[in-house]
Amino acid sequence: MSTEMTTAAQLSEISEKTDLLLRMYRQMVAIRQFEAQVNELYTRALMPGLAHLYIGEEAVAVGVCEALEQTDYITSTHRGHGHCLAKGASPDRMFAELLGKKAGYCKGKGGSMHIADPATGNLGANAIVCGSAGIATGAAFSARALGNGRVAVCFFGEGALGQGVLYEEMNLAQLFKLPVIYVCENNLYTEYTHYSETTAGDILARATAFGLEAASVDGQDVRAVYGVAQRLVDRGRRGDGPAFMLCNTYRYHGHHVGDINREYYRSKQEEQIWKTERDPIVNLKKWLVEQKVSDAAALDRLQADLEAEMKKAVEFAVAAPYPAVDEVGEDVYA
Amino acid sequence: MPETHLQAQSDRELTFAQAIREALAEEMRRDPTVFILGEDVAEAGTPFKVLSGLLEEFGKERVLDTPISEAGFTGLAVGAAMTGMRPVVDIMFGDFVTLTMDQMVNQAAKVHYMSGGRWKVPMVMRTTMGATRRSAAQHSQSLHAWFCHIPGLKVVLPSTPYDAKGLLKAAIRDENPVVFFEDKMMYKLKGPVPAGDYTVPLGVADIKRVGEDITLIATSSMVQVALSAAALLEESGISAEVVDPRTMWPLDEQTLIESAKKTSRVIVLDEGYERYGVTAELASVIATGAFYDLDAPVKRMGAMHVPIPFSPPLEDVTVPTERTVFEAARALCGR
Ligand SMILES: Cc1ncc(C[n+]2csc(CCOP(=O)(O)OP(=O)(O)O)c2C)c(N)n1
Repeated sequence: MSTEMTTAAQLSEISEKTDLLLRMYRQMVAIRQFEAQVNELYTRALMPGLAHLYIGEEAVAVGVCEALEQTDYITSTHRGHGHCLAKGASPDRMFAELLGKKAGYCKGKGGSMHIADPATGNLGANAIVCGSAGIATGAAFSARALGNGRVAVCFFGEGALGQGVLYEEMNLAQLFKLPVIYVCENNLYTEYTHYSETTAGDILARATAFGLEAASVDGQDVRAVYGVAQRLVDRGRRGDGPAFMLCNTYRYHGHHVGDINREYYRSKQEEQIWKTERDPIVNLKKWLVEQKVSDAAALDRLQADLEAEMKKAVEFAVAAPYPAVDEVGEDVYA
Repeated sequence: MPETHLQAQSDRELTFAQAIREALAEEMRRDPTVFILGEDVAEAGTPFKVLSGLLEEFGKERVLDTPISEAGFTGLAVGAAMTGMRPVVDIMFGDFVTLTMDQMVNQAAKVHYMSGGRWKVPMVMRTTMGATRRSAAQHSQSLHAWFCHIPGLKVVLPSTPYDAKGLLKAAIRDENPVVFFEDKMMYKLKGPVPAGDYTVPLGVADIKRVGEDITLIATSSMVQVALSAAALLEESGISAEVVDPRTMWPLDEQTLIESAKKTSRVIVLDEGYERYGVTAELASVIATGAFYDLDAPVKRMGAMHVPIPFSPPLEDVTVPTERTVFEAARALCGR
């Protein structure tokens, strides 16, 4: 059991992999541009219902998923667009799902909070807090039983620490030595309540009590996230059992797109500090330029390209047809 | 008309949400053992802002934010209710009641009976129901029938601001565990609500509209659907009576049966699933109690037997609407 961060040696090793770094940069920008369009769809009243934006937390999904194979499994949450994209889903079919269109990943039946995609190992986003702890643990169980070498990652917000089922699953995972990594995204707030008001004691100790390998990491530093994730994924794949990863992060927007007035639960100043000093994209960009891995102009071009790509994906989704009404009764049973 | 319906006259209008809040505030002022427990109930006043202002008046000792631990805080409420408090538990979305089921079904519902009447559980669980908010399968269900199935629990489904206030006050004063379902889509509905204390007793149905040709028995937001359908039917020369049972248990069978006997045709409307649900139970009450007076089989209309889909054109066909009720009523009347 250890709680160490990514070591300096590991970091410098990661830092030499320029392809990896540029790929992670691209993915983070893609997620941010995707989410910017989601917000736009909401404000223009083009999207039914609400969505929970991942902006600010991009380094977590990207750093973790970069350590996974396409065949590895993830489970995701109500704030799941980032996980989904980082695991390889395509934006046009995601937008189509967000608009309830037939071309969406779930034929419009799931919407923002339920995107699932077997082709990228995505077992599904979940609108029940901690609703997928069992599913992820079960996926790890079948990976071990079938001997296919896969691992499962269970993403959840720190709010899920309140659910008893999480502890039942961690206990089972350790007893059965399952290749599952529980990734806790602590963005400081559940909906409108600071996590310290709902979380007693030490978070990592909850995992180490069951004998899980546990580590905490700066969730705004994609290199650090990747480093820890890779180590925990490797040991899971080797058969060394489950792990718990605490990623300290921040959501820039409201709990959902409609949560505009937030001063009663957090200050504008706090938001500003995270955005200006801790931004995962800005900071990686600065580093990439300083290290001469890339130059600012190229990275700006990349961002513009991704923005254009997202806009095209939105256009596709807006133009796509709704499912036929009689599809409502399909898919209830397999 | 029953007396309780006449009392709904008042110059003052409140929304459904305001009526709920007023009932809670009045009961908390009246009884210091009443307290509120749930997620984001304090500063946030719930995502639907139903409880705004209660923290300011009653403080953190009586309006408590919990972790996202539905099973845990519901269980705590059961124990607190057994030992001298009157908890009002807030379960944000009705879909999350599934997480509380052991506490409600195996504990709260049975404590009084199993102890031979020595312990009681005077608690209220407030939660939501209702689809068409584009919230998909895990945030749109109406699961009240689950609780109706369990002896020891009472189940309340208010349909107007007036009823919401009076029924909630009665529920809080009740000596049993009461589950109180609020349709999310009704929080902004306005209606007359008298200031000050009154209760609506659990187990008394209300005739929301008097008619002669057909009875529409409707619950929660389906009462508004039934009233709109009744207005359409009137234009077609069909006089519809709308009866609201208000509480699923205890159930005022007599009022439902009398209306059925009078009109001889009945549609039962409820937003839960039809199969094995509230509409089945109410239809059976009518079929048994008014058998010789019926001119047509009792028709049931509830949620389609599918998980609620996200896509708007699909979601919209899963629940009864004034149009589908209007058409079903016309067909039942042979017109
Ligand atoms: C079992 C359950 N209870 C309550 C909710 C309502 N709810 C949705 S998101 C949320 C807060 C989740 O906080 P966290 O897990 O930290 O994730 P974040 O939104 O911060 O990403 C709550 C209470 C829910 N979806 N499921």
